[in-house]
Amino acid sequence: MTDTTATPREAAAVRPLWHVVLVRPETMTFVLLILGIFIGSQISPYFLDVAYILKSFTLYAEFGMVALVLTMVIIAGEIDLSPAANMALSAAIFAFAQANGVPMPLAILIGLGAGVLMGVFNAFMVIALQIPSIIVTIGTLTAYRGLAQVLAGDQSIRVPEWYIGIDKVMVLGIPLPVVIFIILSIVLGLVLGLTVFGRQIYLIGTNEVSARYAGVRAKRIKAALFILMGFMSAVAGLMTASRLGSVRYDLGLGGELQMVLMAMLGGTYIFGGRGTILGTFLAAWLLVIVSTGMIVANWLPATQLCVLGVLLIVSIIATNFIYSRTQR
Amino acid sequence: MSAVLNFLIRRREAGIFVMIVLFCLFVGVQKPQFLTLDSLRIVLLLTPLIMIGAMGQMMVIVARHVDLSIGSILGLSAMVSGMMFRYMPDMPWFLCFPLSIGTGMLLGFVNGLLITTFRLPAIIVTLGTLNLYRGLTFIISNAKQIDRQYVPSILKSMSQPSPTLAVPLIIFLSFAIAVATYWFLMHTRIGRQIFALGSNPVAAPLRGINVTQVTLLVFTLSGALSGLAGIMYASRWGFVNPSNTGAGFEFQVIAAVVIGGVSINGGVGTVLGTVLGVLLLGCVGAALPLLGIPGTTQNAIYGSVILVALLIDRLVRAQGNRGVTQRAGASS
Amino acid sequence: MLKKSLLIGLAAGLAMVTTAFAADPIKIVYIGKNTGNPYFDSITGGFEDACKEKGCEFEFVAPATAEATSQIPFIEAQIQRGVNVIGIAPNSPDALNQVLDDARAKGILVLTVNGDLVGNESHRDATILPVDFTKTGPNQVELMGSLIGYKGEIAILSATTEAPDQNTWIAAMNDTLANDAKYKDMKLVATVYGDDQPEKSTTEMEALLANYPNLVGVIAPTTVGIAAAAQVVQQRGIADKVHVTGLGLPSEMRDFIKDGTVKAFQLWSPYNEGWLAVHFALGVLDGSIKNEVGASFDVPNLGKVTIADKNAMIAQPELTTFDASNIDNFNF
Repeated sequence: MTDTTATPREAAAVRPLWHVVLVRPETMTFVLLILGIFIGSQISPYFLDVAYILKSFTLYAEFGMVALVLTMVIIAGEIDLSPAANMALSAAIFAFAQANGVPMPLAILIGLGAGVLMGVFNAFMVIALQIPSIIVTIGTLTAYRGLAQVLAGDQSIRVPEWYIGIDKVMVLGIPLPVVIFIILSIVLGLVLGLTVFGRQIYLIGTNEVSARYAGVRAKRIKAALFILMGFMSAVAGLMTASRLGSVRYDLGLGGELQMVLMAMLGGTYIFGGRGTILGTFLAAWLLVIVSTGMIVANWLPATQLCVLGVLLIVSIIATNFIYSRTQR
Repeated sequence: MSAVLNFLIRRREAGIFVMIVLFCLFVGVQKPQFLTLDSLRIVLLLTPLIMIGAMGQMMVIVARHVDLSIGSILGLSAMVSGMMFRYMPDMPWFLCFPLSIGTGMLLGFVNGLLITTFRLPAIIVTLGTLNLYRGLTFIISNAKQIDRQYVPSILKSMSQPSPTLAVPLIIFLSFAIAVATYWFLMHTRIGRQIFALGSNPVAAPLRGINVTQVTLLVFTLSGALSGLAGIMYASRWGFVNPSNTGAGFEFQVIAAVVIGGVSINGGVGTVLGTVLGVLLLGCVGAALPLLGIPGTTQNAIYGSVILVALLIDRLVRAQGNRGVTQRAGASS
Repeated sequence: MLKKSLLIGLAAGLAMVTTAFAADPIKIVYIGKNTGNPYFDSITGGFEDACKEKGCEFEFVAPATAEATSQIPFIEAQIQRGVNVIGIAPNSPDALNQVLDDARAKGILVLTVNGDLVGNESHRDATILPVDFTKTGPNQVELMGSLIGYKGEIAILSATTEAPDQNTWIAAMNDTLANDAKYKDMKLVATVYGDDQPEKSTTEMEALLANYPNLVGVIAPTTVGIAAAAQVVQQRGIADKVHVTGLGLPSEMRDFIKDGTVKAFQLWSPYNEGWLAVHFALGVLDGSIKNEVGASFDVPNLGKVTIADKNAMIAQPELTTFDASNIDNFNF
């Protein structure tokens, strides 16, 4: 952002490696994570149990997957508040289709397709019509969940027995959703960190106009991110349907807060241009540790709301502070 | 024909007015009882809370921000007064006004302070305080509802037609707030500065506008009005519940404001448009059950209405400044 | 990745240090639909008193909102805490199946208290219902009939369209009205749904009055609905023309009874459900009660309780009717 007169050579000389590591926001997330585990073990004797924590993570893995993509969207300078509603609507469409006799594979495709379409619609409003993504996705958040409610009423739609229980499938002792989340983190981490595409996302978020002048197809990349967001939300929605065994319109209600929280806690800069997949990955674990710690200690849900709200605000203040002190 | 359409799109208020009339006629044809004074009363009784909240939200959006925490501010302010009614019944009842409005002001001021001090985007801050304030509501109330018997009848009677006035007092109050907002925005220097700030945040300081002060002011006002809406809630429904009171209020209000033609790009919006937006929502709310349309469609309708309003807004913008590319987003 | 394995290693190391405690007193937890719901205060009162007497540990937890999945982390946490009994008012008839199976696999006794997993009864051990639900419909129709002289148009204002309990009762009401000659002059003209929200319930009630000018009575078998309906009648001052009854909480209805807006309404004692749940659970755990259909046992204050079809128990046989003569005897 701000121009300093230091040449790159000089900057490298005055900032040793430990300094660079220390001022990275992921470091803050990691420290908080350790702190969270410690506090959790103090407030409840039942908390420190790897199997339990992994199991609890399955409840957040779907949000975590979407948060990874959301991180990329935020780095590109946009935001999407509609994914939780997208999860509900694509899951409802999937469940509605299969309940009305559509064969399962086709129903799954329809559900995923619906998610992609919702992503396309967001992309159209934001990129083609240039309406700010914040307000567009507040609108689609209401509309998508509303449509799910129109489609399913307040009825639970059952899914077939064989489809139920993705969270009970174990890979090397780790629940499948957690494995999927970890693999997705690695893949997206590599894409964002090592590929040209990834660098272009950072460039767009830092300065879209100069990115365009540098030959980056900003609109196309942003549209791709919104569509990927829609697709990932649908995947998450279908996974949630498998975990719950049924779909109701209120699936994932309020999940947008958790997703934004994961990205923010992981050090993603809300104005774009900065952030990493590793940060969001760690933040997802942090959120699970904090939430399950409070729940297993039988803390009032009100306290949990307060802690989550404060965490969100504190994490953006901290991230802004770190970035304003260092120019990366 | 296209000239008429053009006029309606440009004169946003006229457009909404025509929409209200067409909607009422459409419903009236199917259900003649919709076109009676009685229905007008129902419609008007649905609107005071949204109206009061919308006046605050409108100022926030004109200043190129958004406040998602108003529902939780409403809940917490109403709860503070409810607790006074319950645990200090000897206090004069009208103290609930300074108490709730003061609580709302404080909470709104905290929002503004976080936004201006740390230069944070309003949407994220208010998403955080939305949860924080709701959590505080549970904590101070110990998760207990304030039942009807504790709310003073004189407060409840404000929502009822009195023998002398056929129209409940809270409807007058909400329109009075709208008039006051109109006066404030159009005839005071600081009101004009809100528009100037929203239409060009970068140039605002150059014109001698104190950005921090104006931003703090709009959030404090939005909070204060939400606090007043909290009292109106207790008056209208006669109870205060820690989890229901004010939940989802922000979406109704934002819907009303964007329908009313307030531009999410800041700097544009009128009180009359917002009032009409609120009335249109009220008409829809009253007509749905009359037509036998299930309540489950309500969210879908709100959402679609917001999206349609955004499209219209975009259309107006395309006509208004052709060729001018605006950088979208709330950079402060 | 390194950090992740580090975390797991660290957690595993600490986990070995913390060993499970041998549980001395029986631990019972009740998971409500959501916090801030006045209905559950009374149920937990029953749990608490019974546990005090019998020497068990009781805790009440509930999520902040009542959506289908919000109870799952709470159930998981209780399994982890190693409680002996989970009582739950399920927010969904089927989304909890998997996690409740997990709990039962760990040897936890799972009881649904105040609401059942309709159609998924195999995923819990037993259910405790407040009253014989087959009597709710006929009792309500009889109460309505006695208020309106068994003559005229009536309507039902319910909760959500899919609410299982309400739908059972409404079906029974329809059946009673159609088949019992005593009610041949009562005509059910409409059934509407207020989604258990005060705003929606109020607009639905207003629409009923507009659509059916000859209406003489409204049955609202839901606590939110009856309060909203009573408020509309109170505001319009038409209590002598339109009679409101249904299922309500005395604490929420006291004012309407006192000012004559509502003559009588019904409910059961939620307290008894908690009381019965504790006695049943402790009996099953120490072997003195067999959880089999047809078995029966004695509960202090409630008398003999028999386990009926689908392992269902009822806390009291008939609904309690509240009116001006007895409302002050109830404090929930």
